Amino acid sequence: METPVVRNLLENNDAEAAQLRALFAQRGVAVLNIIGSPGAGKTALLERTFRDLGGTFSMAVIEGDPQTDNDARRIVAAGGKAVQINTGGGCHLDAALVRNALNDLDLEALDLLFIENVGNLVCPVEFDCGEDCKVALLSVPEGDDKPEKYPLLFNLAAVMVLNKIDLLPHTDFNIERATRSAGRLNGKLATLPLSCRTGEGLDGWYDFLRRLRTDKAAGMRAAAGS
Amino acid sequence: MAFRAFCLTFAAMHEASLVASLLTIMREERGKYGPGARVSAVALCCGALSNALPEALATAFAVMTRNTEFSGAELTIEEEPLRLACGACGEEFSPEAFPLSPVAPCPRCGEDFGHRVLAGRELYVRRLTIEP
Repeated sequence: METPVVRNLLENNDAEAAQLRALFAQRGVAVLNIIGSPGAGKTALLERTFRDLGGTFSMAVIEGDPQTDNDARRIVAAGGKAVQINTGGGCHLDAALVRNALNDLDLEALDLLFIENVGNLVCPVEFDCGEDCKVALLSVPEGDDKPEKYPLLFNLAAVMVLNKIDLLPHTDFNIERATRSAGRLNGKLATLPLSCRTGEGLDGWYDFLRRLRTDKAAGMRAAAGS
Repeated sequence: MAFRAFCLTFAAMHEASLVASLLTIMREERGKYGPGARVSAVALCCGALSNALPEALATAFAVMTRNTEFSGAELTIEEEPLRLACGACGEEFSPEAFPLSPVAPCPRCGEDFGHRVLAGRELYVRRLTIEP
């Protein structure tokens, strides 16, 4: 007997992500899902963030990698708290993996939680992890055409961090092309050019984090007061 | 050819997660019938922009149903082409040169960017055939 059934394949993940989002809202934790290629500088950005803002915010990272705890150890060395998830061959984190990682974190004590996704510009975009926003992290050596090639990420992200701008003089990377195509995919996308190595431009990233945290805390107070 | 094989291998992990969700849905829907009910066919709608490759879904489905309660179930994947509404003039079209990208020239005014996706992001179970 043939029967029509309309059920989204991602329905379980979406339901789990909605629960996580409610939990994060209740605890007032601002959550960022950082998506970028392997080697774009996701961990480097977080190391800098922990070194520079470690005294201001209570922060933690959920690290997703196929193998090794190298990234978690780098975060700990930078004074941060990290939970490593090894996905085996898996190419993305999903809401259930993030929920498991929360067992090792005290959400009550956190202001900001970073989800450092598996290095990949395709699959992680499909799996909502309950975050407040996706961060598209692009680096100069990858080339200025990436927003055109991977439109969904740049379409859904709140911010495009453009890392390794200290290498601009040595490449043909055209910032105008990258920001124009990303901006046309997503009119609300903010672009933050910076270098984790020299520190140039990091203030813009830190301002973005402060605003996100302030908005989240205000949302929690409004919900508690209503 | 090697590149395509690479894509299939690489993508198979992501599609395996999707097939795992599909099997859960099949199990739940079958549970609405008697204990001897069997799923003989399933039809998926897969949009061109869903980031899921039909070939990789089919491979994952074949591997993941082998020697299980669903072995022999027939999978049909109905592909949904991308349909866009031009961000500048509103013209509705399916991009031809790059059928997988929402960045494509509008056939009427030439605008490349800012198009609204009307169809193509779908990824859902459309029909099940269940033998009670």
